[in-house]
Amino acid sequence: MATYSTNEFRAGLKIMIDNDPFAILVNEFVKPGKGQAFNRVKMRNLKNGRVLERTYKSGESVEAADVMDTDMQYLYNDGDTWYFMDQITFEQYPADKPAVEDAAQWLKGEEICEVTLWNGSPLSVAAPNFVILQITDTDPGLRGDTASGGSKPATLETGAVVKVPLFIENEELIKIDTRTGEYVSRAKD
Amino acid sequence: MSESWRPTADKQIIKLRADTYSKIRQFMAERNVLEVETPVLSHATVTDIQLHSFHSDYSSPQTSSARTLYLQTSPEYAMKRLLASGTGAIYQISRVFRNEEQGKLHNPEFTMLEWYQPDYDHHQLMQELEMFLNLFAITHCEKTTYAEIFIQHTGLDPHTCDTNELTMLAQQYGLTSSIEERPVLLDFIFSNKITSTLGNSRPLFVYDYPACQCALAKLSNGAPEVAERFELFINGMEIANGFHELTDPAEQLARFEQDLALRIKQKRPELAIDYLFLDALKQGLPDCAGVAVGIDRLLMAITGAKDIREVLTFPIENA
Repeated sequence: MATYSTNEFRAGLKIMIDNDPFAILVNEFVKPGKGQAFNRVKMRNLKNGRVLERTYKSGESVEAADVMDTDMQYLYNDGDTWYFMDQITFEQYPADKPAVEDAAQWLKGEEICEVTLWNGSPLSVAAPNFVILQITDTDPGLRGDTASGGSKPATLETGAVVKVPLFIENEELIKIDTRTGEYVSRAKD
Repeated sequence: MSESWRPTADKQIIKLRADTYSKIRQFMAERNVLEVETPVLSHATVTDIQLHSFHSDYSSPQTSSARTLYLQTSPEYAMKRLLASGTGAIYQISRVFRNEEQGKLHNPEFTMLEWYQPDYDHHQLMQELEMFLNLFAITHCEKTTYAEIFIQHTGLDPHTCDTNELTMLAQQYGLTSSIEERPVLLDFIFSNKITSTLGNSRPLFVYDYPACQCALAKLSNGAPEVAERFELFINGMEIANGFHELTDPAEQLARFEQDLALRIKQKRPELAIDYLFLDALKQGLPDCAGVAVGIDRLLMAITGAKDIREVLTFPIENA
């Protein structure tokens, strides 16, 4: 079993706490002049995103989490499982719903996603930062209205709903920032 | 070319440090406190389980085998040898070295102002330290006991409460290890949950520490027995640590031996006791109080810096 000592702690390190994998966010050295040294650590649970604070006596060891990020191509889903393919080995990885929760609404197929593997299985999937998708349903565009700043909801081909400016027409292609879920611009095919 | 060659302190802070040293020397001269210099390298070092000394190999032209020398973690032993020799009040601005310490408030080498006043107790020295702080427009210090501040934050009396209660509180506060000795639990609760709240409106002296955290302080005769020790906090930072100094050689030897036993138990390097220091105590250390002020952190308090690197020319990463 691989372990990390507190002196190896740094942001980004993946460790196991109570059988869940965590990524260290902040590692702070705390020591009274005449007393025990500690590492105060803020970390994020990679399964549910919750942030936890723990304090270790300096010199303690913690189990390493077998976690790594790999670029994979999204292939298809069957409703319960999303399939991704490693670009180098062509090996396929099935990801369950919780793992693709945030990413699924932006994926239609063939996108390159960052898949976080834990013990060889997808733990979470990040959609590409920007995706281009077609609008399948929105109110008719207000021609010429490029300045009023108003917005309206638009349903995309993947089922996601985003806010778009009033001048955007049905069936247009638009570019979206998946990290914020916001419309960026019109896209040319 | 990277920018790592540049100092991390800006010009004004480099100048502020020089001004600070002038003010210290003037303050001490006005009070007839003598500036002294003692060796940075020494054949023995502190046995304190929480302090980790750097060491090096000395090849003397007179001997064939190399000898281990330690870099001081504080000039305390050497200065007490001077006091025992009859120097009277003394101070020193020196470089001290502590291995395994690095962070926003720690650099493995730093600057310490240490001074001793014969015939003072820790309360008189706190008073003099406040006058010293006035030089830097740090005024209106408050004073409270360790017990008061601990009870205020936790509801537990640090001198009398059950160790199990401390354990439960520490775990509730996120300490990972389950079985710990009382000093570790107190350190954890105090440094992780209390320290950051201390000295934020006004500088705060905390005094009369639990007997198990006495270090080199005298123990009081009262009940509960407390260590005649104080610390100064500004903006949630520990700035200074002072003692009504232990002068009893037998008690000092007993504390050394206790440290060494703990070192064996915790598989820390075994160390030799500094018998030159003990001999000085046997000769007679005058009743005195002493304080160590972290000059780098004092500069942080004066400037509002949040990271020690802002007041160091070249922190360890770029040293």
